[in-house]
Amino acid sequence: MSRRIHCSLWGLAVLLSLMTLLASGFGALRLPVSLLWNNSDEVLRQIWFTIRLPRVLLALVIGGSLALAGCVMQGLFRNPLADPGLLGISSGAACAVALWVVLPITLPALLMLYAPMLAAFLGALAATVVIFLLSQQRDSSLSRLLLVGIAINALCGAAVGVLSWVSNDAQLRQLSLWGMGSLGQAQWSTLFAVASLMIPTVLIIWRLAAALNLLQLGEEEAHYLGVDVRIVQRILLLCSALLVAAAVAVSGVIGFIGLVVPHLMRMWLGSDHRAVIPGSVLAGAFLLLTADTAARTLVAPAEMPVGLLTSILGAPWFLWLIFRRGGQHG
Amino acid sequence: MAEPFIAEGLTYSVAGRAVLRDVSLSLVQGELVALIGPNGAGKSTLLRLLTGYLKPDAGRCLLGGKRLESWRTQTLSRQRAVMRQQTQLGFDWPVEAVVGMGRSPWTPRPEPQIVREVMHITGCQPLAGRQYAALSGGEQQRVQLARALAQLWSDGMPRGWLFLDEPTSALDLYHQQHLLRLLKALTAQGNLHVCVVLHDLNLAALWADRIVLLHEGKIVSQGAPQTVLQADDLARWYGAQVHVGQHPLNATPQVFLAP
Repeated sequence: MSRRIHCSLWGLAVLLSLMTLLASGFGALRLPVSLLWNNSDEVLRQIWFTIRLPRVLLALVIGGSLALAGCVMQGLFRNPLADPGLLGISSGAACAVALWVVLPITLPALLMLYAPMLAAFLGALAATVVIFLLSQQRDSSLSRLLLVGIAINALCGAAVGVLSWVSNDAQLRQLSLWGMGSLGQAQWSTLFAVASLMIPTVLIIWRLAAALNLLQLGEEEAHYLGVDVRIVQRILLLCSALLVAAAVAVSGVIGFIGLVVPHLMRMWLGSDHRAVIPGSVLAGAFLLLTADTAARTLVAPAEMPVGLLTSILGAPWFLWLIFRRGGQHG
Repeated sequence: MAEPFIAEGLTYSVAGRAVLRDVSLSLVQGELVALIGPNGAGKSTLLRLLTGYLKPDAGRCLLGGKRLESWRTQTLSRQRAVMRQQTQLGFDWPVEAVVGMGRSPWTPRPEPQIVREVMHITGCQPLAGRQYAALSGGEQQRVQLARALAQLWSDGMPRGWLFLDEPTSALDLYHQQHLLRLLKALTAQGNLHVCVVLHDLNLAALWADRIVLLHEGKIVSQGAPQTVLQADDLARWYGAQVHVGQHPLNATPQVFLAP
């Protein structure tokens, strides 16, 4: 990789660290950074450590996961419009989590922590497999993929609707808050659960970056170049479904991060996934952290669901992408 | 690597229709073999079986005395490269990066001097710095040839088996000649062994050491250009009215369509 790309990635990392420090101070309650080394106020310190910090870190982890999932999907489908939200993968996960919330099942405590993620993973995987099988067919134009995405989204939306309808009051409240996409449930335990899934997944994807590059030549050419195409595709699909699932299980559907961030990174760093993958993780973390900080502060002391905010910003971007590509998609 | 490439009794069918029936072929080192035949004769399928992309329903391919399936994909990719008729890339890539992808079986970081050298011999230097997606079909074919040669590059030259599927389909006269002269020169050195699907019989006649004629999934004729390119045979297998004359310079057979 060139010097420029290295510098860009390090610059992004530094920017992200600064933003993390800054964001941990902002909120309904201003907590100055000096708290870190100034022992004066133990209560504020507690607030910072148990409420603010896990939330900020969760935004980083989820933003990075979503952006990376989008990046991998786009690479696999060889198409910049592939996005876990648009293809129905997020709503597949959401539907499964809703099912989990409504069904009266109790498990041991540790399993309860991972259970929504497992449910989300199965839902995301089901949607992913449908989309991927379709993309293997002869007519796998993007418009067809997106149409199937619309169908999956509609189906899952209806299913979530039915589940909300049969749920009791407490479940309904849980469902609707979670459905708008919010990081409000951040705790150290959820953070560790998500991070324990995300970090190994990111490492696996990172190891496959070169193979993902070769896949851009097409499956047949990648095979000739020594890539075990089927295996690589399956691992990458599983990994991206896992990333989406972990994110959706904790924070609901937060759209468009996976569409916008990898696209910006490709414009900035080029198409080499060895640069785009770390770039997407860093920039996704940065974007969601910024959006979440805005969501916490804009209407303080209330807060708006960050999923609404990213959709308000992301949907026009999606329109712009479609217009810009004109007739040449598919 | 002193062994020939042997295909024995290859049979392959798609949706119940036999595309190839009991095809046996051996490719010898330092030889330029042209696969010809009418549309739908199974040329591309044969190429995909020979390269190990498709598995035959019956029969086997042997390279170095070992079945193709039992080669590790990565080891095989250092000895066998394939250039397809048309390759579209996802996203924007500079030409050098595309050529550099050919080095992936050897190293994660393409050696700049090899990329430069390959681009030089394939005439891709004027394309340096451009985006692959913005190139014309013929220019893309030249870049893909460079990539395939880069894949086989070791010790200062390409070594191994190169398969090409209609590499000249989008090339102009100059580049057709350039490509086939290059392949001929490289095979003549004895380190590169080429099997190429060609549509243009006259190109095959001028540069191939051996021509293999496929018809409806069977090899119906093979041998030196003079043997295979007979007017009666061509009329029979292609169903076209042709006249076979001689090249004014070296007396190789040249095929003319009857008006």
